[in-house]
Amino acid sequence: MSLLQVKDLEVSFKLRTGELHAIRGISFDLNKGERIGIVGESGAGKSVAAFSILNLISQPGYISGGSISYKDHTLSTMSDAELATIRGNQIAMIFQDPMMTLNPVLTIGTQMIETLQAHQKMDKKTAEKEALHRLKQVHIPSPEKRLKQYPHELSGGMKQRVIIAIALLNNPDIIIADEPTTALDVTIQAEIMELLLELCKNNGVSLILITHDLGVVAQTTEKVIVMYAGKIIEQGSTRDIIDNPNHPYTQGLIKALPQKAAPGEMLNQIPGNMPQLDAIPTGCAFNPRCEHTTELCIKTEPELIAKDNRAVSCNLYSERLKHDK
Amino acid sequence: MNLTFSSNLKQFRDSFLWHSFKNDKVAIVSVVVFLTFACTAILAPVISPYDPYDLVILDIMDSEIPPVWSEEGEERFLLGTDSQGRDMLSAIFYGMRTSLLIGLCAVILQATLGIIFGLLAGYVGGKVDSFLMRVADIQLSFSTMMVAIIMLAIFQASFGTERYNDLAIFMLIMVIGIAEWPQYARTVRASVLAEQEKEYIDAARVLGFSSIRIMFRHILPNTLSPVLVISTVQVANAIMSEAALSFLGLGMPVTQPSLGSLISSGFEFIFSGSWWITVIPGVVLIVLVLVINLLGDWLRDVLNPKLYKG
Amino acid sequence: MTNKTKLLEIKNLHRHFPIKKGFLEQITLENGKVTRKVEKVHAINGVDLTINKGDALCVVGESGCGKSTVARVVMNLISPTEGEIIYDGTRIDNLKSKTLLPFRKRMQMIFQNPYASLNPRMTILDTLMEPIKFHYPKKTEQERRTILDDTMESVGIDPSWVVRYPHEFSGGQRQRISIARALSTDPEFIVADEPISALDVSIQAQVLNLLMKAREERQLTFLFITHDLSVVEQFGSHVAVMYLGTICEYTTTKSLFDKPLHPYTQALISAIPKLEEDNRPHVKLHGEVPTPVNLPTGCVFHTRCPFANDRCKTETPAKQEAEPGHFVACHAVDEDRI
Repeated sequence: MSLLQVKDLEVSFKLRTGELHAIRGISFDLNKGERIGIVGESGAGKSVAAFSILNLISQPGYISGGSISYKDHTLSTMSDAELATIRGNQIAMIFQDPMMTLNPVLTIGTQMIETLQAHQKMDKKTAEKEALHRLKQVHIPSPEKRLKQYPHELSGGMKQRVIIAIALLNNPDIIIADEPTTALDVTIQAEIMELLLELCKNNGVSLILITHDLGVVAQTTEKVIVMYAGKIIEQGSTRDIIDNPNHPYTQGLIKALPQKAAPGEMLNQIPGNMPQLDAIPTGCAFNPRCEHTTELCIKTEPELIAKDNRAVSCNLYSERLKHDK
Repeated sequence: MNLTFSSNLKQFRDSFLWHSFKNDKVAIVSVVVFLTFACTAILAPVISPYDPYDLVILDIMDSEIPPVWSEEGEERFLLGTDSQGRDMLSAIFYGMRTSLLIGLCAVILQATLGIIFGLLAGYVGGKVDSFLMRVADIQLSFSTMMVAIIMLAIFQASFGTERYNDLAIFMLIMVIGIAEWPQYARTVRASVLAEQEKEYIDAARVLGFSSIRIMFRHILPNTLSPVLVISTVQVANAIMSEAALSFLGLGMPVTQPSLGSLISSGFEFIFSGSWWITVIPGVVLIVLVLVINLLGDWLRDVLNPKLYKG
Repeated sequence: MTNKTKLLEIKNLHRHFPIKKGFLEQITLENGKVTRKVEKVHAINGVDLTINKGDALCVVGESGCGKSTVARVVMNLISPTEGEIIYDGTRIDNLKSKTLLPFRKRMQMIFQNPYASLNPRMTILDTLMEPIKFHYPKKTEQERRTILDDTMESVGIDPSWVVRYPHEFSGGQRQRISIARALSTDPEFIVADEPISALDVSIQAQVLNLLMKAREERQLTFLFITHDLSVVEQFGSHVAVMYLGTICEYTTTKSLFDKPLHPYTQALISAIPKLEEDNRPHVKLHGEVPTPVNLPTGCVFHTRCPFANDRCKTETPAKQEAEPGHFVACHAVDEDRI
């Protein structure tokens, strides 16, 4: 039985100009110890998807369809009070901006102890010891000193380590990391991702990694989900998808990377922009930018078709499969 | 390019500003009331039933007639008359005119001074900034009322009452205008400091534009939102300041009343039973200041960049 | 092969920023004595670079290394604390705005943040026409219009965009408009400060291609600031790697990727998350990045370097030509330890 099941999730935003459908039906499962990457560009809905797992979408957004289940809890229908026992406890979250987690007027120690006391009812001394242990786990230099410091006294990389330590405090089953290293320098990014990977592997923690960086996904995850305009257009094992992408968008994304172009040559670019949520094309959302578009693509929205542990949502493949049959 | 006007209109209609306005009843009521007052003020000579300062038509026998809804009221004088027989309704129209004129002109003066000093302080920085801000601090530590009272008392004493009455309106505008420029200067300076950090200013410098051009063409338009917001409140404040000064006898003379001086001159009659001479102008003043403040609140919320989705 | 002409020379550039500006704030009580403590951010600490006409020099480094500051000094937005900037034989860092004006036409800049590089209160037409009107006062309205249309077309801007305001466009589109603005004065030299870092991956490719096309069509010389080494490999002819205000390594792009010599360069390259299975040994850096306020003594990189020895802690390494055209400032390379 998988740890987390997202089924046909829909998230919408009620705006004065109408309702925007940020997520239009996505489904995926997460097993124990598994690491999944959710990849896409800005506007694809990957952050919204991550936030909705713990129902952190604020007004005017709301979950308009589908369900999210964790063990035997249905997260999508639970109240805030019920969710509070799971948030930061069994499911922890790491954000891109460390200042979204860290309170600038409290010391690191105070914040860590507060988290421990909230979920594990520890006394202060035990909590302090536990906090210190976690800081050591994330390889922070001079951890005793850090407990007494304020967030502004730490560098970006160190703050992210503290965030990871806080996420691990209550031995979560799942960590959701939303672009945890996008704001960091590349050498620090490499260190932090390595740390996150090591900790997840050693403690059997499942990871949902949201990012736009295919390289990071390739190095850290086992499975990947590619999102476009609020839907999953491809999913499968990371190696398979990166080495052999099926969907034209995924192919385009990989080919557009400077890594993939010869020096001095023009890069392969995907023309146009991701559609705004209030102007999603009919049929397949990617059709205006796709070089393989047919009439069918403009009319029919392709289904997500699974085969051999992969799935792709593209009319090219649904046609092909029809012919195979 | 010829479509600019109609496309601008369409842009406005689709805009957040209009939508938020349509849905905010308080804003709509405030604007309607304010526009009514403004119109009456502008059209005072046309719509007033009488000219309250035409000494020829005044009849002392008409004095202290209560408003039309009380027993002794007369239809000729809807809101009653004052101790000299002047029609209250007409007096209030003219009074509103003076009050609004002083309010607006004083604010234009404050804003102009404040924007220029704020721009200079923010853009030039360094010693100019320090100097201007210290002057602003010193000025803010003096109470406007106190400064105004002292200045006006001196003017009155030196020019004599006759001369003073002619110049009263300019004096008031100047005193209130000069007293309040630090508010604007600080706001504009803060905006300038924020805008200066943005790359489009660097781009303008890299293109070779002069500092003056950058200050006025690039930075200034982007600092005007907060200026607009505080202006509404400042108009209300200016009207109140003038009312207070007139009440103390340092403001507008009897022959060119403002709402404040009407309240003042009617005050002694409140205990002898002719309450309407002071209370009705008082109520009008309160409503005027209230709607201006409400409009200012609405404008501040609408122009708040965090809420404004563009 | 034609002799390359030097277009831009940066000589012995130093720039520091005092942290506390006021005199009164600098005075503290220390050890019983009233002392004046002036703390500075040492952003640039001795940078020498030459860019020849037609080159694309990429300056690479992580945040805090001073690369953006170098860009701003070159464009005369900040003045150097020490050193000179020489453009086409003339020293420009000390020129007044009037004498600088002709250079302003020849040198232009593209900025990192597409959301802050356009004036929100000006239409695209105003934004693009202003530099044209300013730099071509003698041309007729029609001629200026032609320049505008040509520039817009070369950058891929739809003519219908001109009546709109910046907030109606996406990041990638705004960056195109900024590029159009820079190209409208027909410059020969462009400083691009992280022009694609703030954009989505697929848009990065579009904008980078646009810059490459412009470079070819207009024979532009570039100073390209970036933290992304894969972009360097793609776009640059030469690379300078910066760390805490000093240049660690400088060479052609090919040499850098074929044989990175400086330990910091090696760490940077190995830190790029690659798409392929990664079996390379990861050059690990330990320790935290020091602040530019208290620079480490000797080689600024020694606190994180896996190859640092005692000499590195005390003596600043000089830039040496380790191989033809390949310059490194590193004791370990000098001593053949790597």
